Amino acid sequence: MTHAPTTAASRGLLVCHACGLLSRAGPHAHAASCPRCGARLHWRKPDSISRTWALLIAAMIFYIPANVLPMMHTSSLFGSQSDTIMSGVAYFWNSGAWYLALIIFFASILVPMLKMIALVLLLVTAQLHSRWQQQQRARLYRLVEIVGRWSMLDVYVVAVIVALVQLQALATIRAGPGAIAFGAVVVLTMFAAMSYDPRLIWDPPGEEHGRDSAKTRAT
Amino acid sequence: MLTCLEKAFTSTKLHLVREYASLHRMTADAPLIACHECDLLQREAPLPQGGIARCGRCGAELYRSHPDSFERMLALTLGAGVLFAIANAFPIIGLKLEGQVIETTLFNTVRALYNEDMTPVAALVFVTTMLMPALQLFAMAYLLLPLKLGRAPRHFALVFRMLQAVRPWGMVEVLMLGVLVSLVKLAHLATVVPGIALWSFGALMLLFAAIAAVFDPRELWARVSAIR
Repeated sequence: MTHAPTTAASRGLLVCHACGLLSRAGPHAHAASCPRCGARLHWRKPDSISRTWALLIAAMIFYIPANVLPMMHTSSLFGSQSDTIMSGVAYFWNSGAWYLALIIFFASILVPMLKMIALVLLLVTAQLHSRWQQQQRARLYRLVEIVGRWSMLDVYVVAVIVALVQLQALATIRAGPGAIAFGAVVVLTMFAAMSYDPRLIWDPPGEEHGRDSAKTRAT
Repeated sequence: MLTCLEKAFTSTKLHLVREYASLHRMTADAPLIACHECDLLQREAPLPQGGIARCGRCGAELYRSHPDSFERMLALTLGAGVLFAIANAFPIIGLKLEGQVIETTLFNTVRALYNEDMTPVAALVFVTTMLMPALQLFAMAYLLLPLKLGRAPRHFALVFRMLQAVRPWGMVEVLMLGVLVSLVKLAHLATVVPGIALWSFGALMLLFAAIAAVFDPRELWARVSAIR
């Protein structure tokens, strides 16, 4: 392509994020709302990069207790033990259920980690206005959005086991603080992915359509 | 089977405005559409049945043409509503031990977590597996049923926006996998009895996936503006 592709923003058109309608920006574009569905309109998601960084860093902090603190306490006649996510994976691996070990390892350890690395990559390249592998980065963003929810798996496993085993005298299983931290990681990374604006992958350096307005305000 | 599906979903790349508008006088009058993921402005093109229009630059899905998408959305929503009621009213799994069966429903797991001072986890489970899916089904039924009868529902725009906000947070399919994993984990403690709700959740998971596949906001807005 020899010339810059035409974007809606470069023609003064706003896209509604809820219903997809294109509308022409009025003189007061900051306070515009969609003429069809009433959603607030923005050139780009407001403060996308700062918000995503904030949520992402919070998720990274929670990722440590999520892996170190126990998800479950089990106490029975034979003694008590605490299970972290990794020891749960090890338990399944040793008891022969390697497919379950793999599922939990992917959903609870690998996916959150890769998701956070992917978001860092997307943020840094967007901040540098990089034109590197734009199509692949757009695809990566879509993947991050789809895959993130599967990390909730371990929270549901803990919930079901705690409810069932609590009711009998055989053993008591209690949810551990790791479950809270883990839930926080999943929710925070989902919010981070939502506040990231994939259009920043494609925006050329010149056009600052509300991109990272915190930075422009500071200077 | 797979190749058949692939053929049905062959994507139609849309033209970049500047490059093709002058060449194709036909498409120059077609309505404009902006990609929600890269903001590229392009012309809408007619689609074959079951086709998906993708952005010419980033490949994001712009819109799709589903035969009878409205009727399918309605049918799947009503079906999912029935299954959702069953899935919440009956126990998911039970443990059989010394002749005694202990069962739990989904809401009981939430209550057990709440009683253990695990309120954040209880809230998370409640919101993602009960509240959000229920809101999604309610909103869809609220939008679709009056439209089927030829009336525009009140507060259509507001409910539509709520629906869009709610959709990413329903995680029935993840819950299903979680229940299956805990089933295996508990199998060494006692005999595990799958409950009626387990099967309902399995079917519900498929219906939610089908709803996501046929959900067509353009069709909804087209129907509403035709009535108004």
